[in-house]
Amino acid sequence: MKYLDEFSDPVLAKRLFDDIRAVTTRPWSLMEVCGGQTHSIIRHGIDQLLPEEIQLIHGPGCPVCVTPLEIIDKALEIASRPDVIFCSFGDMLRVPGSGRDLFKVKSEGADVRVVYSPLDALKVAQENPDRQVVFFGIGFETTAPPNAMTVYQAKKLGIPNFSLLVSHVRVPPAIDAIMNSPDCRVQAFLAAGHVCTVMGTSEYPGLAERHRVPIIVTGFEPLDILEGIRRAVIQLEAGQHTVENAYPRAVQPEGSPAARAMLSDVFEVTDRAWRGIGTIPLSGWRLSPKYREFDAEHRFSVTGIETEESTVCRSGEVLQGLIKPHECAAFGKECTPRNPLGATMVSSEGACAAYYLYRRLETPDKEASSVG
Amino acid sequence: MADSAYAPVDFSSWTCPAPLRDHDRVVMGHGGGGTLSAELVEHLFAPAFGSDVLAELGDSARLLMGGARLAFSTDSFVVRPLFFPGGSIGDLAVNGTVNDLAMAGAVPAYLSCGFILEEGVELSVVGRVAEAMGEAARTAGVVVATGDTKVVDAGHGDGVFINTAGIGLIPDGVDIRPQRAAPGDVVLVSGPIGVHGVAIMSVREGLEFGVEVQSDTASLASLVADMLAVCPDLHVLRDPTRGGLATSLNEIAAAARVGITLNERSLPVPETVANACAFLGLDPLYVANEGKLVAFVAAEHADAVLEAMRAHPLGKESVAIGTCVPDHPGMVVAATGLGGTRVVDMPLGEQLPRIC
Repeated sequence: MKYLDEFSDPVLAKRLFDDIRAVTTRPWSLMEVCGGQTHSIIRHGIDQLLPEEIQLIHGPGCPVCVTPLEIIDKALEIASRPDVIFCSFGDMLRVPGSGRDLFKVKSEGADVRVVYSPLDALKVAQENPDRQVVFFGIGFETTAPPNAMTVYQAKKLGIPNFSLLVSHVRVPPAIDAIMNSPDCRVQAFLAAGHVCTVMGTSEYPGLAERHRVPIIVTGFEPLDILEGIRRAVIQLEAGQHTVENAYPRAVQPEGSPAARAMLSDVFEVTDRAWRGIGTIPLSGWRLSPKYREFDAEHRFSVTGIETEESTVCRSGEVLQGLIKPHECAAFGKECTPRNPLGATMVSSEGACAAYYLYRRLETPDKEASSVG
Repeated sequence: MADSAYAPVDFSSWTCPAPLRDHDRVVMGHGGGGTLSAELVEHLFAPAFGSDVLAELGDSARLLMGGARLAFSTDSFVVRPLFFPGGSIGDLAVNGTVNDLAMAGAVPAYLSCGFILEEGVELSVVGRVAEAMGEAARTAGVVVATGDTKVVDAGHGDGVFINTAGIGLIPDGVDIRPQRAAPGDVVLVSGPIGVHGVAIMSVREGLEFGVEVQSDTASLASLVADMLAVCPDLHVLRDPTRGGLATSLNEIAAAARVGITLNERSLPVPETVANACAFLGLDPLYVANEGKLVAFVAAEHADAVLEAMRAHPLGKESVAIGTCVPDHPGMVVAATGLGGTRVVDMPLGEQLPRIC
């Protein structure tokens, strides 16, 4: 874990800031794809220290934020059943569905448990053979392999009372969708390093070529992010658009063959709705026919869900990089981390929550109305 | 407010723009020590009790009785598991209340102790908890003077719940309370942060971090006494338990209407805590401590107080972490290692581990 300190070294960081300043001659808009990168940028104040010309647009890479409302409503419905133990990662509990969240159904008596790994949920299923145990399997290519492994194990060990409520999403189709949007302002991408650790880099050259956009595979510590930005700006200034790996200590071109094999066994690619963005073709995974019996949607056949999204929340535009969080009229007023209208305000990786937490200093007019 | 004690709560009179009405039931966050907890006290309990003393909202109430100045405090303990590396619920039940008294500058004297036991819990477990309490009380120099025991049906408790209350005498000339934080004050912390929270998490969820982390639970009364000996005019003391250092600093900033700036690189975060937090997506500033204090001291006394803290076994690793400023009143701002800034906000409820 030593790298945590080494990759936030202030002397080396200053050198990278100077390098970026030296190569920048014009305004550029870069999108960091992953919510973990957004968190790190705001957490360390990186965006305040970049040259004015460099604008960072926070991408749709927060798994909590993009999980569709309908799936969350299904989760609430399933979790409310008395025979169910519903297991989830912690930060999904506060994500609003249509008018309520998992914390609320928990307070009404639902058995909702926070786990740190899907394999923990499988253990819960083994320990409670007379209950149905459901794990909320959301996230990108990073969280998909352990979820795939868990379903694989459930089948292998014959644990019939376990199922996965799955809403996995894939990064490359989202990049494609963003670039196809007529309002797109993104000129370069910092691709999500750990997604590439799993999947490799082969999906990106076609995107870079088709949209004439540099794609830099970037890590998560401050120096990683600065190096990603530096390389993106160099390409932009030179009119280039290639894929570069600025995170070689964690990313091999072929990714992780074992994880990819597990993914293609357990999941199959499907169209997926992204909260605030809409349906993106082939942008998600669902369980393959071989494992359909472990699909919670299939098992519980939840129907009649009528979703209701807040009308003032503009999280969709935030997720697409069309507006900054504070440009939404509800930001810091009706919408705060305590009372989130949109998912971007919930997770600390969400662009709105990140702005609310770390940038209030710069928007004191918003602060007055949000102090409890 | 006292007149309306039996009237329904009037939502329209609430001051907070996004208040409790969002929850018509108690959610776990109401016990997390963050904004939801504060709102519960401020909007539901305080108006119902109509007490001026309670309105001060310190860790201890400060009372005048028969010419003596008393600190009076209570705390309930519902920790799971009951025994963890470095301590047990018994240690916490004594040290937690003793420390609340010490944070008012009081010399802790007497404790009460209420047990709520679950039917079926082994008596040997209760015995071990009681032994730990006795030992902790002797170490802290307090007397457990009264107590009570109730038993609830199996399934209606979590083994052992404990409530303790305590009283202590506040020495003449000592006036320690959050409202006294003033621009120019130096902020001192008595050692590594986040240790207790990580110790609990490591056993509660079966998470292992390679190195066993021991809870820092301890009575801080003698450390406070040593600090008062060199500087009776300490402005603020707080033990940053649930909600961590960030919550305590936000409460102080709000109470005194001052700003607090932290130097992030000077924060004493042990490597094991930093690693565990990195794994779980938590911020060490929000992780619980049970044997640390944060002190606000006028600049001219800061060196002497720091020296006294470092001379005490529980304060050997004390450091200055920031200052109190007139800017951004009510807010805590950290200078990041890279030279940027970030707002260290009051948490909402408990911290939730991030997905990735």
